[in-house]
Amino acid sequence: MFDFVKRRDFYYLLSLLVLVPGIISLIVPPSLKPGIEFTGGTTFTVRFAQAVHQDALRAALSELGHPEAIVQGTGENTFLVRTRELKGAAAAPEIGPAPPSERDAIEAGLQQRFGDFLDNNGNVSNRFIDFASVSGTVSEEIGRNAGFAVIAASVAILLYISWAFRAVPKPFLWGAAAVVALLHDAVLVLGAFSIFGKVFGIEINTMFLTGLLTVMGFSVHDTIVVFDRIRENLRRGEGRDFSECVNVSLNQTLARSVNTSFTVVLVLVAMLLMGGVTIRDFLLVLLIGIISGTYSSIFIASQLLVTWEERDIQRLFRKLLPRRRQPAPVETEG
Amino acid sequence: MRGWRNRTLLGLILILAVFSVVTVWPSEPDRYLPSFIPWPIGQGMKLPWVKVDNGAIKFYLKEARAMRLGLDLRGGTRLVLQADTSQTPDVNVDAALTTATNIIERRVNAFGVSESEIQRVKGGDRLVIQLPGIDPAQAAKLVGQTAELEFRQPKLDANNDIMTCQGGTVTYNPPGCDGGQETPVPASSLTQAMENSVIWVPAQAVGSDGLEKDLTGRFLKNNTFVSASNVGLPVLNFEMTKDGAPLLEQVTNRLIGLPMGFFLDGQPIRGTDNNILAPTVRAVISDKGIIEGLSADDARLLSIQLNGGALPVPLKVIQQEEVDATLGEDSVQQSVIAGEVALLIVMLFMTLFYRLPGALASLALFVYTSIVLAVFKVWPVTLTLAGIAAFVLSVGMAVDANILIFERTKEELRAGRSLVAAIEAGFTRAWSSIRDSNVSTLITCAILYWFGDQFGASLVKGFAFTLAIGVLVSMFSAIMVTRTFLRLTIGTPLARHLGWWVGDVEPVRVAATPVPGVPPPSISGGEE
Repeated sequence: MFDFVKRRDFYYLLSLLVLVPGIISLIVPPSLKPGIEFTGGTTFTVRFAQAVHQDALRAALSELGHPEAIVQGTGENTFLVRTRELKGAAAAPEIGPAPPSERDAIEAGLQQRFGDFLDNNGNVSNRFIDFASVSGTVSEEIGRNAGFAVIAASVAILLYISWAFRAVPKPFLWGAAAVVALLHDAVLVLGAFSIFGKVFGIEINTMFLTGLLTVMGFSVHDTIVVFDRIRENLRRGEGRDFSECVNVSLNQTLARSVNTSFTVVLVLVAMLLMGGVTIRDFLLVLLIGIISGTYSSIFIASQLLVTWEERDIQRLFRKLLPRRRQPAPVETEG
Repeated sequence: MRGWRNRTLLGLILILAVFSVVTVWPSEPDRYLPSFIPWPIGQGMKLPWVKVDNGAIKFYLKEARAMRLGLDLRGGTRLVLQADTSQTPDVNVDAALTTATNIIERRVNAFGVSESEIQRVKGGDRLVIQLPGIDPAQAAKLVGQTAELEFRQPKLDANNDIMTCQGGTVTYNPPGCDGGQETPVPASSLTQAMENSVIWVPAQAVGSDGLEKDLTGRFLKNNTFVSASNVGLPVLNFEMTKDGAPLLEQVTNRLIGLPMGFFLDGQPIRGTDNNILAPTVRAVISDKGIIEGLSADDARLLSIQLNGGALPVPLKVIQQEEVDATLGEDSVQQSVIAGEVALLIVMLFMTLFYRLPGALASLALFVYTSIVLAVFKVWPVTLTLAGIAAFVLSVGMAVDANILIFERTKEELRAGRSLVAAIEAGFTRAWSSIRDSNVSTLITCAILYWFGDQFGASLVKGFAFTLAIGVLVSMFSAIMVTRTFLRLTIGTPLARHLGWWVGDVEPVRVAATPVPGVPPPSISGGEE
C-alpha cells in the first residue's frame, strides 16, 4: 500500500510550483488574450478560380500569420474568412500606389498558393470581396457572467457537500476542500492558457469557456467519489487514525481514479490526433483540466482533510514562531 | 420471480434502445459514418407528443427528422443588413443600429434559434448576422422587418360609409386610390371581394395630453402571445399600455359595426386566405384584444416581432447566403469520426480490462449514447460544441459509474464473496458515490443554466442543459441497464468461467454459481 498522506507537504509545494507561473502570467497584463469572437476584426469573402480545400486554406492563412482565422465555406470554392483586425486595411487605393498593407500581403500569399481569385461576377480578380471591419460576435461580458455563474455554482457545491457529508465530523471542511480542488484546476487551466497566450499567441474564445466549465464539472465529480470512500471507511473504523483511513481510501479508489481518467484521456488524445484542427485548443483545455482534476482529488482535496485533522497549520506556526516554553514536538510527520 | 423481472427489464431496455437508434439514425449518414457502406437514410420518427395549450391538453405527432445543430457544427444562413435611412434622413445611424442589434437578438432568441451571431460592420450602416438551421426567407423576415404595428380604420365619408377604390389600385402609404375613383359603400353591404379595395387610414384618438395620436404598436405591451381558439385556430393576444387603453377605447367606440385593420410596416396583415385581416368591431375594447385569422407560423412570428419592439430604422437585406460550420465542415466531419473511434477505443479498453462485465458495460454505453442523442433530437436541443463537450463529460461519468461498480465488485471478490454477492455488493456500495457526485453535477447545471438565462450567455445555458440530460440518463444507464445485463448473464453458463469476469483476483473460495439453499455471505450489502 502506497503512503499517500505522508508527503502531503510535497504535493502542496508541487501544485504551488505549477500554479505560480500561471498566476504570475495572469497578473501581468494582458492576462488572457481575447479571441476575435470578443474583439471583432476583419471579414472578407474570397472566391478561387480553382478548387481549393478548406483545410488547405486554413493552413495557408496560418502560415501567413493568421492562425486565428475562422473559415466557412459559402459556395463553390468560396470562403468567408474572419481574422483579427488587419492593419493598413484602408479601402480602395487613393492616388498613387498605396503602401503594401496586411491585406495585400494575404491576397498575394493566397494567390501564390492557390491561383487567381474571382470577383462577384465570376471575372478573374486579385482582390477579396466584401472586405470589412466588424465588431465581435460575443460580448466580453460573457466571460464575466460565466465567472459569476461559476462562483455561484461553487457556493452551491460547498453547501451541497456540507449537507451530503453531514454524517462526518466538520462536513463544511469537506465542501471547502472540494472547492479548493476545483479552484486549483480552474486556476491551473487559466494560468496555462495565459502563458500559452503570451508564448504561442493562443487566444481565448467561447470554446475555452466551455472547456473550463467541463473541467470544473469533472473536478467536483472526481473529488466526491474519493470523499465518498473516505466517508465509508470512517464509518467502518478503517485504519488507526484519520490519516490512515484517508490513505486506505486513496489506495482503494486509485484503480478507479486512474482508469476513469485514462478513458477520458484516451478519448481526448484520439480526438487530438484524428479530429479537426479547429477544436484542438479546446481539447487541450480538457486534457490539462482532466489530468489536474484527477490529481487534485487525490493530492489536494483529500490531503487538505488530513492537514486539518492533523493540525499541520498550527504545527507550521509553532515551527516558524517558536514559543519560549516549548513542549518539543519531535515528530514532524504524520 | 427475479428472473422474470430482469427479463421484463431487458425487454424494455431493448425496445428503448431500438427506438432510440431508429430515432437518431441520421438523415445524412455519410456525414457521420464511413461512406463505403451504403447506409440507410434515417427518417427520424413521428412521436406522439402532448402539449398544454391555453389550458387544454393537446395530442399531436411531433416529427424529428434532423438533429438541430448550431452554427459552429452545421452552419446556417448569413444575412447582411443595411439600415435604410431614406425615410428618416436625420436619424443617428449608430445609435439606431445598436438598438436594432438588441431587438434582433431578442427576436432571434424568442424564435428559439440559439447560438446566433450578430456583428456590426465598423463605421458603417450594416449588420452581419448568422443564424443556424433556419431557411433564408424566414430568416430575412424575422430580422429584417421593422415590425411597426398600426391600427387602421377605413376612410369614411360624412354618412359613415366606407370609401373604396374602384377602377384603380388602392395605395396604403399614403392612403389613396391610384388611377381610380373613391366610392362610398355602406358598411352593411361591404362584401369580401370589396374588402381588398378599402382605403385604410391611420386610426387616431386623442391622448390624455390632448393631442391626437396614431394608434400604433407603441401603445402595446410587449407581452403578446399566441393561443388557440375554441376550434383550435391560432389567436394573437395583445394588451394595451396604460396610455394606449383609452386610445383604443375611443377608436373602437367610434368604429362599432365597422372593420378595423392591422398594418405591419405599412402593409396590411393578411390572413391564411391572403385576404386583409379586418375584423368588425363588435364592442368597445380598451385594454385587451385579440387578432384572429393568422396562420400559426405568422401569428408566432408577429408576436415575436411585436414583443421585441419595432426597429428604429428599416433594415434592408442586401446579401443572403448559406454558410457552412464556423468550425469548418471538414473539421467537424473529422472530429465526428474521431469521436466515434474514441468511443470504440473506450469500449475496447473496458472489455480488455474488465472482461465480460466490461463488454456488457460497453453495450450499456451504446444504449446510453443512443438514448441521449434521441432525447436531444426529439426535444429538440440545438447541439453546439458546448453541448458536445457536456455530452462527452456525461459519457465519461457514465463510464466512471461502471468502473466504480466493477472495482467494487473486484474488491468484494477479493474479500471472498461469491460472484453474485460481489456484483450485488458492488452496485450497492458504489451507489452512494454515484448519487452524490451526480446530484452535485445536477445542482451545478441548474445554477449555470439560471445564470446563462439571466445574462444571455446561451453557451453556458446550452452546456448546462445538455449536461443535465446526460447525467440523468447516465444514472439510469449505469445502474439499470448494466445491472440488468449482469444479472441476466449470471444465470447463464457464462458465469462458470470466473476468468471471464475478473482477471487479477485469486479465487480463494469463490463459488462460481451460488449453491442453492446455502446463502452467500451477504447479499444485502449496504451497512455492515
